[in-house]
Amino acid sequence: MSKVENLEKIIEQFGPHLHDAPHEGWKSDRVIDKIVPTHCPYCAVQCGMNLLVSENHVVGFEPRYDFPVNEGRLCPKGVTAYLQTHHPDRLLYPLVKRNGNFERASWDEALDLVATRFKEIQEKYGKDAVGLYSGSSLTTEKTYLMGKFARVGLQTRYIDYNGRLCMVSAAAGNNKAFGIDRAANPWHDIPLAEVLILAGANCAETFPVLNKFLWQQRDNGGVWIVIDPRETPTARQGDLHLQLKPGTDVAVANGMLNVIVRENLIDEEFIRNHTNDWDAARAVVEKFTPDVAAQISGVPAEKIVQAGLLYGRAKTGMIMHARGIEHHTNGVNNVLSYINIVLATGKIGAPGRGYGTITGQGNGQGGREHGQKADQLPGQRSIMNPEHRKYVASVWGIDESELPQAGVSVVEMFQKMREGEIKGFLSLCNNGMVSLPDTNRIRQSLEGLEFNVNIDFFMSEASRYADVVLPGTTWAEDEGVTANSEARVVKINKAIDPPGEARPDWWIVIELAKRLGRGQYFNFNSPREIFDELRVASKGGNADYYGISYEKIERQYGVMWPCPTEEHTGTPRLFEDKRFYHPDKKAKFHAIEYNPPAEVPDAEFPLALTSGRVVYQYLSGNQTRRIGFLVQQCPEPYVEIHPETAMKLKINDGERVKVVSRRGEGVFPALIVRTIRPDTIFIPYHWGEQLAANQLTNPALDPTSKIPEYKACAARIEKIHARELPILGKGRKGASQSEVQRGK
Amino acid sequence: MQETMFIDPQRCIGCRSCVAACRECSTHKGYSMIFVDYIDRAETTATMPTVCMHCAEPTCALVCPADAIKMNEDGVVMSALKPRCLDCRNCVNACPFGVPKYNSEMHLQMKCDMCYDRTSEGLKPMCASVCPTGAISFGKYQDIVPLRRTKPVNAHVFGNQRVETKVYLMLPTDADEVTVDGCGVFEGRVAVDKAQPTESWIDTQVEESDKSNEF
Repeated sequence: MSKVENLEKIIEQFGPHLHDAPHEGWKSDRVIDKIVPTHCPYCAVQCGMNLLVSENHVVGFEPRYDFPVNEGRLCPKGVTAYLQTHHPDRLLYPLVKRNGNFERASWDEALDLVATRFKEIQEKYGKDAVGLYSGSSLTTEKTYLMGKFARVGLQTRYIDYNGRLCMVSAAAGNNKAFGIDRAANPWHDIPLAEVLILAGANCAETFPVLNKFLWQQRDNGGVWIVIDPRETPTARQGDLHLQLKPGTDVAVANGMLNVIVRENLIDEEFIRNHTNDWDAARAVVEKFTPDVAAQISGVPAEKIVQAGLLYGRAKTGMIMHARGIEHHTNGVNNVLSYINIVLATGKIGAPGRGYGTITGQGNGQGGREHGQKADQLPGQRSIMNPEHRKYVASVWGIDESELPQAGVSVVEMFQKMREGEIKGFLSLCNNGMVSLPDTNRIRQSLEGLEFNVNIDFFMSEASRYADVVLPGTTWAEDEGVTANSEARVVKINKAIDPPGEARPDWWIVIELAKRLGRGQYFNFNSPREIFDELRVASKGGNADYYGISYEKIERQYGVMWPCPTEEHTGTPRLFEDKRFYHPDKKAKFHAIEYNPPAEVPDAEFPLALTSGRVVYQYLSGNQTRRIGFLVQQCPEPYVEIHPETAMKLKINDGERVKVVSRRGEGVFPALIVRTIRPDTIFIPYHWGEQLAANQLTNPALDPTSKIPEYKACAARIEKIHARELPILGKGRKGASQSEVQRGK
Repeated sequence: MQETMFIDPQRCIGCRSCVAACRECSTHKGYSMIFVDYIDRAETTATMPTVCMHCAEPTCALVCPADAIKMNEDGVVMSALKPRCLDCRNCVNACPFGVPKYNSEMHLQMKCDMCYDRTSEGLKPMCASVCPTGAISFGKYQDIVPLRRTKPVNAHVFGNQRVETKVYLMLPTDADEVTVDGCGVFEGRVAVDKAQPTESWIDTQVEESDKSNEF
């Protein structure tokens, strides 16, 4: 049983508590033993940073000016990242839940218990009764290991990863159109683009250091077109802001392409020689005149025309998108409708002419390449493809018939937990109680499990539901590679030994494999040994790492895959020869009709609710909600409401209001701002329990990518009486700096 | 030192990376000397960083009764000298940019010294090192200004006081100086819509914060 019976005690023991100073406080006379060049643990810019180490503690950072992507730049999460390593909330020894309380256990005791219980469950209900949920903030070595551990160690089909909540719509769209899942251009192409379209990407808050390239483009005289329901800092700085209704991206993209076709700004030669299915796409696009597009999206027709002309007439141009268009039941279609624009104008495969997805997590790219996805094998191979199965089975030393078939997406896995098909569960690098949609049903899923194991370095909201919690390591305590959003493979270096009895995740998984009687397949003593097997397993696949070595990464400041041979220096830009990765080497148009989100506003729930991030918090917040500085800047979620809407509801700024959807409700302070559409409200999602935005969001899935529709559902706002106010923190995002510091 | 700071407010994304990084300078002891504020969050997401402008004739030093605030040979105005600082807070109240803060724990005025421990060794200040967008840049005038489409301005008029600064503001205007009227309100500020719900907690917080310029 996995219930949380004593929440207050768990919070008292394991936090989140705020911590805000280096080990032993701020000092100016510390002796620095070594400076370790590495990368940030957070987003997929993977900024270079130097960690300052004194007596086996990371005591600060120094900008890493030599790393070409960020040249020393960092966002506030990166600056304060090192404060995690010696945080008082760190899990220092294995924990076993007894009578509702987590009690210290030895590694042997905890690992034996996990292996025994998993074996019991699998003997009783079958191998597939244990599910595994992994993540993309892990190094690529670990993501590879998790895929192999599920199929060879546990021998279950059920594995998926938290990129399912992040990158899968982009991945599916890229695979359909180009036959490969990777951003097509390096970021140093951005300053060369005359026009940049940023669709559903608030990079100022989610990808801050990417703004270096955006502003270089601006300095070169470039123009940004930003497509977003909110006037985000990125949208404010852009030249043209198309402020659409959430979930109407197809209408806007088709509308722009309609203008481009009408003005004959398409590249007919490129279309004829290098693409398929243009006629079908064109037929659909012809229906989306600017007026039709405007009617659906709420964006004035003139702006759609202007955007289409700007991009269509420019010699160079790039389109980049992020979760804003991908977190939808039409996520894949949204992506494909933008790719249609890229293909119709032939702006691909050359400097300043290109396309890119903006990855979310640090290893959002690498984490979707080597087999921790439900239907994937290493090297971006498919578990449904007999040839691919045969090759990977041979690398792993098993018979192809032993390799399980495809599993299901994580939201469907949680459904299977509720239905009783999955009884045992192992998770690491995720926090479903914050990040999965419809929190109340996720809670039911976890509570219904027979045995639940979690690996983490802090006790997350989801860890609280586990029977056994095993202490893993932060990024500074292990080594391995990650691939940033450009598919640049970089090296994370170990700075310090793990504290207490914490152990690297790969060590924990290998120890479990041994206890499950499958140790012979996991004969690894270091990340380097795992990487060497990964190179072979990926050889010949799309994401070919065979020619990458740790030494080459350090020498070249990263290697962009594919890198098939030891002499190869990597592939910064795809499609330079106009050859795509489908069998006929052509790219593919898709005829994309507009479909509304799964849930649209109605009389009962008249507002569109969209969710997203703030710059001070990272994903489910398990790391950042413990760092004093970051929490001071944004201590709790809030709901952005337009003043017109607030007037109608008689809501004052800062007043706590109840936000209700068909799935749940939550109380949030109102932030009344003109920067959002009057028909739309926004809540950031980084918090858990009664502060979770995901109490409200819709778990409806995209039929192809199985991504949940976080970015559009229907909600209403209710005024509440003062005495119902919960007692929570005072500050909000939007506070002045002096106010924030005074709260210290 | 030929290098100086260039503040380009239109690039600021409000991430406060500079604020976090400022604490890391070893002489700052965990205190940040830089401020990032929303201009008017109800209307816009615009934000603006404030660093010490390092005035040619620093008001803070002029009003200091103890002569505790010194300018070095590079034109950098330093924090108050601890043995001299009288805790009088004249500088805190007099600075037209609102930069110096009084540290009640240390009984000392503290302000941005352009990371003198770093710049004296040829390193960039922390804030300019980490700023993702170049809203805060550090370098030579001839290296930075030609790359930008904004105009460097280092003269400010506050009512009757004209102040020239070592630090440049990069502005999308033709103006040669920044003029602030006697009420401390920028000219041409968009009038607040009267229909909007009043008592903005943001304004309230700003008013409260003005009462005590303390760490």
